[in-house]
Amino acid sequence: MSEPPPPHQDAGARPGPLLPVQDGRDGALMFVIAVLCALACLAVLGGAAADRAARGWRADLKSSATVQVRPKPGETSAEAAARGAEALAGVHGVVEARALDRAAAVKLLEPWLGKGAVPDDLPIPELVTVDLDPAHPADTAALSAALAQAGVDGSVDDHGRWLGDVERMALTVRLSAIGAALALAAAAAAAIGFATRAGLQARREVVEVLHLAGAEDRFIAALFQNRFARLSAWAGLQGTVVAAILWSVLRLLTPRDGFSPLLPQAWSDLWLIAPCLFIAGAIGAISARGSAMSMLRDGRGSGPNYTGSGDRTER
Amino acid sequence: MSRRTVNAIPTDDPSAGPVLEFQAVALRYGRSPEVLRDIHLTLAPGSFHFLTGASGAGKSSLLKLIYLAHAPSRGLVRLFGRDIATLPRAELPWIRRRIGVVYQEYRLLDHLSAFDNAALPLRIAGRKLADYRADVAELLGWVGLGARMHALPPTLSGGEKQRLAIARAVVARPDILLADEPTGNLDHEMGQRILRLLLELNRQGTTVVVSTHDRSLVEPSGMPVLRLEGGRLLGGAGGA
Repeated sequence: MSEPPPPHQDAGARPGPLLPVQDGRDGALMFVIAVLCALACLAVLGGAAADRAARGWRADLKSSATVQVRPKPGETSAEAAARGAEALAGVHGVVEARALDRAAAVKLLEPWLGKGAVPDDLPIPELVTVDLDPAHPADTAALSAALAQAGVDGSVDDHGRWLGDVERMALTVRLSAIGAALALAAAAAAAIGFATRAGLQARREVVEVLHLAGAEDRFIAALFQNRFARLSAWAGLQGTVVAAILWSVLRLLTPRDGFSPLLPQAWSDLWLIAPCLFIAGAIGAISARGSAMSMLRDGRGSGPNYTGSGDRTER
Repeated sequence: MSRRTVNAIPTDDPSAGPVLEFQAVALRYGRSPEVLRDIHLTLAPGSFHFLTGASGAGKSSLLKLIYLAHAPSRGLVRLFGRDIATLPRAELPWIRRRIGVVYQEYRLLDHLSAFDNAALPLRIAGRKLADYRADVAELLGWVGLGARMHALPPTLSGGEKQRLAIARAVVARPDILLADEPTGNLDHEMGQRILRLLLELNRQGTTVVVSTHDRSLVEPSGMPVLRLEGGRLLGGAGGA
């Protein structure tokens, strides 16, 4: 039979936390950080979806061109369009060229004029739609040269004007999403900094005892840093889960591309918000440490009025 | 327990000069009149002094100046050969680790167990639990708290809190031990026991200053007495 352990063996089996564990304000702070994280995650997910939409539009625009042909005297519009399509089909970098018949052209006008509201005698330009090879698309010059060589009077629209607008919009969406996420991160950092300062003030007695027992500022700051890093990471995880659930519900409620053709969702987007808890933890740690060190160095959080050299008022 | 050095101030040698030197030191709180004035005090290494005086004479304030809770309004304070006025803030912790304090109001951390409270200076000094567990348990046993190691301070009696505060002050074997009314809440027997602990620490080289009203503690010991009257110190040159 083994000997009973010495009485001190179970003493201090694990050192207790130097800062009191329970704080009534922690719940409110965690809620605020979780909400900010959820909003940041939704901003990132929304930005990713909008960026995907913009990329799709850009790809569509870049892979096609539209040619308007004008018939020669004695030639019908349909004949001119057919000649134009034939001339363009042989150009290197063109996959297919199709003359748009009147019915198809009328359908394009219906969103603006209304269904059945296009008069039969309304002159409609003859159009040829050209599908380009995405890898090696034919450029405007090559298409114009092919039309000229075939004796077709036509003008080529490579959608460049729209492409520029779409690219500007995509950039704006990306920057907006990044800006929103950064603003929310800054708000979280400010909230944590405020909570750290309040925590230092509330635990002034504890901090003073630690100081007088020889604790360095960085030792005390590390206590707040670790505490708020854990709290922020946990809140970040909760915010991420809430955002992921909201996003998934939207995705599942809509059968095809997600919430809207304007914001096509993809399951892989969820990876983008996976690091949120780590980022939240890092923000919590950095903000808490910075705030604590700032307060301790200028003596507001330390209790003892000794702040080092130059402290006395007269000598 | 073996004597350990838990500080690393490299610039002074306590045996080379006084551990504490006050010259014309005064202290005032805010705009109030000076509570201490013209204090001249020198403590040699390994000396033992009682600090006495009527209530309000400034005993606690003098101790606060020594353990660096307050800066003097004027005058020179040198601790371990260092002028405190020119000491960088980063070095204050190293000085404070050489000073053990028994506070009159205990200043225990209510959320920590008695064991963790007693071990606080060692933990702050970076010592590992495995290194100090047995020493702290032994010390708590010695001050009569062996069975209350896991108790939180709010559940301890006044006397138990005082003994715990004493254990915390001596656990790191400081170079200077300051005790503000350390036997105020203890019965005579425990008071004498605590005094023997302080004298034993002093024999091992610790400079001790005990602030007390307890004449039964002061007179039988035969140790020198520093007396504060109206904020002035009588008998300020302490020898070993």
